[in-house]
Amino acid sequence: MPSETHIEIRDLRLAYGTREVLHGISLDIRRNEIFGVIGPAQSGKTSLLRCINRTIDFSPEASVAGTITVDGEDVRGAKDLYALRRKIGMVAPLPVGLPLSIYDNVAFAPRCAGMNRKADIDAIVEQCLRQAALWDEVKDRLDSLGTKLSGGQQQRLTIARALSHQPEILCLDEFSIAIDPVTTMRIEDVLKDLRKNMTIILVTNLTQQARRLADRTMFLWNGEIIELGPSDTIFGNSPRDRRTYEYVNGLFG
Amino acid sequence: MFAETPFVRDKRRSETTAKWVFFAMAGSMILPLLLIVVFLFVKAAPSLRVDFLLDIPRRGMTEGGIWPAFVGTIYLVFISLAVSAPIGILAAVYLNEYARDNWLNRLINLAVINLAGVPSIVHALFGLGAFVYAARFGYSILSASLTLAIMTLPVIIASTREALASVPMSFREACWNVGATRWQTIRSVVLPNSISGILTGVILQVSRAAGETAPIMFTGAVFFKAVQKGDLFAYNLNEQCMALSMHLYTISTQVPGVRESVPFATAVVLLGSVLLVNAAAIALRAHMRARKKW
Repeated sequence: MPSETHIEIRDLRLAYGTREVLHGISLDIRRNEIFGVIGPAQSGKTSLLRCINRTIDFSPEASVAGTITVDGEDVRGAKDLYALRRKIGMVAPLPVGLPLSIYDNVAFAPRCAGMNRKADIDAIVEQCLRQAALWDEVKDRLDSLGTKLSGGQQQRLTIARALSHQPEILCLDEFSIAIDPVTTMRIEDVLKDLRKNMTIILVTNLTQQARRLADRTMFLWNGEIIELGPSDTIFGNSPRDRRTYEYVNGLFG
Repeated sequence: MFAETPFVRDKRRSETTAKWVFFAMAGSMILPLLLIVVFLFVKAAPSLRVDFLLDIPRRGMTEGGIWPAFVGTIYLVFISLAVSAPIGILAAVYLNEYARDNWLNRLINLAVINLAGVPSIVHALFGLGAFVYAARFGYSILSASLTLAIMTLPVIIASTREALASVPMSFREACWNVGATRWQTIRSVVLPNSISGILTGVILQVSRAAGETAPIMFTGAVFFKAVQKGDLFAYNLNEQCMALSMHLYTISTQVPGVRESVPFATAVVLLGSVLLVNAAAIALRAHMRARKKW
């Protein structure tokens, strides 16, 4: 069981205008674990991810308080935002194939980071597409458009792109809502592999998915942590909080 | 079960009536264009020869061609758009991609909207004061072009913003998430996917710049200017020039004894060039749409 702290969040508060969506949450995410985040819609799951990679900055009405550190370094005071974001891979709920070729979709981030040797980029593109279990399907048509792939393929392309800047942390925000169960299972297998190299934050609406994959799981509800613990406990018969049991077993309401 | 009750029959009839009323209004749009074109061509027929375009006006503008005015219009349109297109596009990129919602940017937005609403005669007066006198460019192609540039600027900004806004937000977020800067995102994803809309917007301003009379009349268009027949480089920037719209006005109202077909032929050239440019814009848009990437 991994134990070293990778991301430390202390008393994180987030408000959009006057509406507070995270009410001062504190948690540690450990290196090389799969950290599940479950909770109903509007509970602040996506907002939490956006605070970690600072894309919350793009919402001008958002105000953040509290501290977040990654590898002991302060995120909210980060000077080089682009370096921070390269440290974190982000996969959105709906697949986003950029209107570029499959190759360029994956090569985009390394190029933005200043890499320009063709051989290096080729290597990264192949490695990331392999990691995302997409290589075999697209290796013969790397220059066709990423947007023309099927939904499931595009989501794997999105994951390949999220891996292309070689992040240490991979955030998946309900990655499976737009893809079929078979593809979902393939990606889940991919995640089990990736965990050797990185920390994975898995935000999901499918409680069973967190149960299958996550080492520890956090139940977030209305911007507060109801319970955080080993997945065995959260999904077992006797979590500490009654609401966790009810949510996980579909009795919530 | 599926028999028509009176209630359903009434519904169906009003549905049909509504459809035809709407169609009639939309369809009637063809009529004015058709009438204008046919009327112009019939009236212009006696003067319509290639030489009419290439020749210079003769006998106190009562005969001959329209070359100096045609070239003048080309000068004015190109120079004004060469000024307003880059400024407008860059301004629109700022407003759409960078600007936050604060008082300064709201002020810029307000300025753009109001600039679009200023009547062309007021632009003309402004051009006269600002470029002809204050900047000492005199009555010249430069002054007239700059005046036209200011007039077309807000519309170019608006159409460019629309084209930029049609690129889905999720593309930008995907780029930001992998550590791309805003400029890298704009350069590699936003602009390549909005360029057709941006160009269409710019090209459509050609017809406006070519057709306006008041702004150039005040700032640089002239009644008559002697140039060589068929000379494409007939003018210098600091000279006054003839222009189609102005020429049409003068030969229609100011010069006695003009052959009836001459003004109509002038109008055909003006309308023809504008329609040609618009057709190019439509073809460009269709071409780009065919290779639309999502």
